[in-house]
Formats: sequence, structure tokens, C-alpha cells
Amino acid sequence: MTVSTSAGSTSSVAAPPGTAISLRGLSKHFGDVKAVDGVDLDIADGEFFSMLGPSGSGKTTVLRLIAGFEQATEGTIDLAGEDVTSKAPFDRDVNTVFQDYALFPHMSVLDNVAYGLRVRGVKKAARRKQAEEALATVQLANLGSRRPGQLSGGQRQRVALARSIVVRPKVLLLDEPLGALDLKLREQMQVELKQLQRELGITFVFVTHDQEEALTLSDRVAVFSDGKIVQLGTPQEIYEQPSSEYVAKFVGTSNIFDSATSSRLLGREGNHALRPEKITLRAPGSPVPEGTIHAEGVITESIYLGTGHRIHVRLHDGTGIVVLEQSTGGKSDEQRGDEVLATWSVDDLVPLA
Amino acid sequence: MILSASVRRLLAALTGLTLLLLYLPLAVVVLNSFNTSKSLTWPPPGLTFDWWERAFHSAGARDAVGTSVEVALTATAIALVLGTLMSLALQRHDFFGKSSVNLLVILPIALPGIVTGIALNNAFRGILSLQLSIMTVIVAHATFCIVTVFNNVQARLRRMGSNFEEASADLGAGLWTTFRLVTFPQLRSALLAGGLLAFALSFDEIIVTTFTAGAGVNTLPIWILDNLFRPNQAPVVNVVAVVLILLSVVPIWIAQKISGDIDNLR
Repeated sequence: MTVSTSAGSTSSVAAPPGTAISLRGLSKHFGDVKAVDGVDLDIADGEFFSMLGPSGSGKTTVLRLIAGFEQATEGTIDLAGEDVTSKAPFDRDVNTVFQDYALFPHMSVLDNVAYGLRVRGVKKAARRKQAEEALATVQLANLGSRRPGQLSGGQRQRVALARSIVVRPKVLLLDEPLGALDLKLREQMQVELKQLQRELGITFVFVTHDQEEALTLSDRVAVFSDGKIVQLGTPQEIYEQPSSEYVAKFVGTSNIFDSATSSRLLGREGNHALRPEKITLRAPGSPVPEGTIHAEGVITESIYLGTGHRIHVRLHDGTGIVVLEQSTGGKSDEQRGDEVLATWSVDDLVPLA
Repeated sequence: MILSASVRRLLAALTGLTLLLLYLPLAVVVLNSFNTSKSLTWPPPGLTFDWWERAFHSAGARDAVGTSVEVALTATAIALVLGTLMSLALQRHDFFGKSSVNLLVILPIALPGIVTGIALNNAFRGILSLQLSIMTVIVAHATFCIVTVFNNVQARLRRMGSNFEEASADLGAGLWTTFRLVTFPQLRSALLAGGLLAFALSFDEIIVTTFTAGAGVNTLPIWILDNLFRPNQAPVVNVVAVVLILLSVVPIWIAQKISGDIDNLR
């Protein structure tokens, strides 16, 4: 194994047993652009792992490096303990579900699904049977004779899934697989993906720019920025304890208090983040519970969301904050221009690096 | 867009005139193939099938057609193989000097035929010390036939993207299997279109052929040129020309049908 010597890298640390994918000092440069810049990562067997980040953050390139479509500039990729860094895609036991599905347009749906078996030399009758089973798994049992062009987006998505799982890979790579679907279908497919992953016990590596998708589906999430992992943890850790302003803003919405505001408002040093749903609005002069911070302000905007209200408040020191109030059934009595007392628990403040 | 009646009439007249200029000479050729007058006087004093019969029995004409078909088929076959390999290399891989190679491949179609002809003539006889033969004509034709195949396949590969090939490799297929099962089936119509064009280019090529054909190698265009001004042969040449018109309409029709089918599929 090549050991990168860059400072602060964990390159020399061996992957623990039960590791499906192990990346060490992985970098990919396109000319002067460092698309992936020194990524160290271990993904466990059977894990649902998400790589989250905006477009251009390097998450898709990491996926393509694992699949073997790109050659790493530096670093190593181990699959199940075997170094595959310089192996061709067809020599790696991973399969990819492409963002645009990449179904072969000149083949029937069944032939598409059976393709991986065909190139492995499985006999026609056997591969037809297995392909039909895989289609049944994704609930498309009777569409095998159609062409991909005759299917809806959601159906194509399922065919792409079936085509990948029919060869029983150890790892399934999914590149924004739900990006092209409408909201309703996306939510339904999220549930099905999660169920499928549990049933098959395959490691899923899921690339997405949708933070909600990453949080609801994953066992662990890596947040990417500029080719680096900026935070790695469970969805709860990522949401409740964002390590930086970048993560706090990208994953959900946050009120960010800079150093000056923190010391003025909170009496603390450094930057802090506060989730909008952690703030409670009360009538001015109400008694303030123990262990809370409070500040008075004026409502500048109140937006109805269906499940609640998003309320913008300008505190008297000039700081603007956003508050998320869940609907309690009754009519909300807060209106633009109202004086309010904003309170929040000290425990909900997240210090940022 | 709405056009006034007078503009529409003017445009219709212009279109009609242009089409007439294009097709009237062709119609004359067709009519002359039945002209009873040997010197092709106009209007024809009478109509006859004599020339058609003579053309059919003319050994020179038949040999020339055979030679032309052989040259065009072989040059097209070479072009299909080399053109496809070349476009795969340039569209799917990165290497040093890629853009220069790209330019050098398409240059032969832009070069004047006379230059290609002289250059190849020198190269074959002077440098390689080869006897000019039918093979030298085939090689010469292949140099520009490659371009039509290359352009068609290149455009198709670009539109296809590399996603399907990546998906195939991802599912475990090696390079050759991917080409056989995924890339080639999608290139088929592009290869047919490029091949038909290559065949047509080779079939009526005369300048390069003149410089590279060995003694006794008569392609159809060369035979026509040789016979057009012989008093007895002119009507037979007209018959051959009519056959060529019919033969060239067929590939165009096929090519249009293919591209139409592709558009319908998408």
C-alpha cells in the first residue's frame, strides 16, 4: 500500500476488519483543479453511507474513483481489503446506479437486467430467471419485454437498480439516483431503497446534494466541500453538532452568530450555530425559564409553511434570527411588527470551529 | 411566419426555376439514352432501346462497373474499420498530439484531388517502387473514404456519451465485449450512413483514380470519360449514366430512411 506523507493524514492507519471500502490519501486532479483532495475514509460492510455536498464538491468524483471510471492521481482504494487502485471497472466487485440510469437503449428491459450475468457467461435460461427475479424485487415483473425508452423515469430507475443488484455486488454505488424523479416518487423510492438495502445486506454508497435525503437514509454521512470531507458522522451528529459554519448552513438552516455577536448576546467566545426550531417566542416580559438565553426583538416577517411558521425576528441589537414554529392547531397570533421575547436553551448552542 | 401572396409566388417561382436547372439536364440524359440519332440531335427524331441493349452487351462498360464496385467496396471496408478505430481513439481516449491527429485524419477530404493524386502517384512509384494496380486505387480511395466514416462515427460517439460503455464495464464486461454488445449496436446506423457516403465518393472519383490506376484498370468514371467523345459510344454512355442515376438514388433513399427511423426512436 502506498503511504501518503501529507501532514495530518491518517494514511498509515490500517482499515479495521469488516471494512467494505477503504480510501487512503485519495486525490484526483483535473489539470490544476483538485476535484478530490486527500480523502481518508473507511466504509463498513452493510453500511448505508452517504456522501453529501453541493455540485463540484468532489463527491461524485470519489464515487467514480471507487467504481474505476477515473484513475486516482494519488492515494489508494481498497475493496474488502484488496487494493484495486489501478484495476479496471470490470475487475472490481462494485456496481453503479447512474444518475441518468444509462440503460442500453437497444436492449429490452430484461436483457438490460441480464447483461451483467450474460458477460459473466451465465446460461440463457438461468440468467433470464435471475433477471426476472430481480425485476420482481423492484416491482416491475411484467415489463421485461419493453424497451427502456417506453418506461417512465421512476420505472427506469428501478430497472437500473435491478440491473445492478442482479450480479450480487458487495458494494452498490448510487450517483444521485433519485435526482430526476418528482418529489412524491422520490419519497417512495427512498423508502424502497432503504428496505432493499436492509434485505440484501449490501453496502450502499449514496451520493446526493439533498441533505434531507442523506439524513433520512444513511447510517453515516460524509459532508464534502472542495474535494475534502469536512465532517463525518451519523445523521444526528451532523445535524445536531455541525463542526463548522459550512456544515451548519448546508445541512438544514442555522442561525450563525459570529464572534462579536456571540460575546454580546451569549457572553461566549467564538462562532456559534443555533437551529431555528430550538428557539421559542414568548410575549415580552414573560418569565424566562432557568438555563435559557433570551433577547427581545420585533417580528419582521412571518411565513406560513403548512406544518408551521418561519418567523424572521430582528433583535434589538440588530441581529436577525430565523425561528421555526411548529403549528399547534390554533391560529398563530404572532404578526409582523409584534414585539417578542426569543428564548433558547444554552445546551442547544453549537460552538463552531 | 406569414408571407404576402406576391412574395410566396415569387419564392415558388424561384424554387421551381432552381429545381428545373438542377434536373432538366438529367432528364435530357435519360431521354438521350433512347434517342435514335447517334449524334444526339435535339429534339430526338425517334426513340429506341438499341443503346440499352448495346450497353448491356458492352464488355468495356460491364468490366468498368465491376472494377468500380470492387474498388468502392474494398475502400469502404477499409474505411469502416480504420475510421471506427480512429474515432474511438479520438473520442474516448486522451493522448499526446490528439488534436493534431484529429486534423490530419480529416485533411484528405479538404485537399484538392489533384494534389492527393500526384502525391500518392509519387509515393507509390517513387518511394515504395510499387506497380500501379487496382490495389493502389483502393488505398488511394480509402484515404478520403475514412473521413466520411470517421465523421459519422465521431458524431454518434459524441452524442452517445461514454455512459453506456461505463455501465457495461461496471457490470463486468471487458473492452471487446463492451464494443460488441453495447457500442457497435449503437453505431450501426452511423456506420451504414458513413459507409454509403464512402461508397458513393469512391464510385464517382476520377482525379485521384487517374493518377493511381495501373494500366488496364478502368473504373466507370474513367471509362465514361474515355468513351464520351467517341462518336459511336456516346449513346451507350448515356445509358450508363441513367443506370448510375438510378443506382445513386437508392443509397440516398436508404440513408434518409435510416436517419428518419433514428429520429423517430428518440
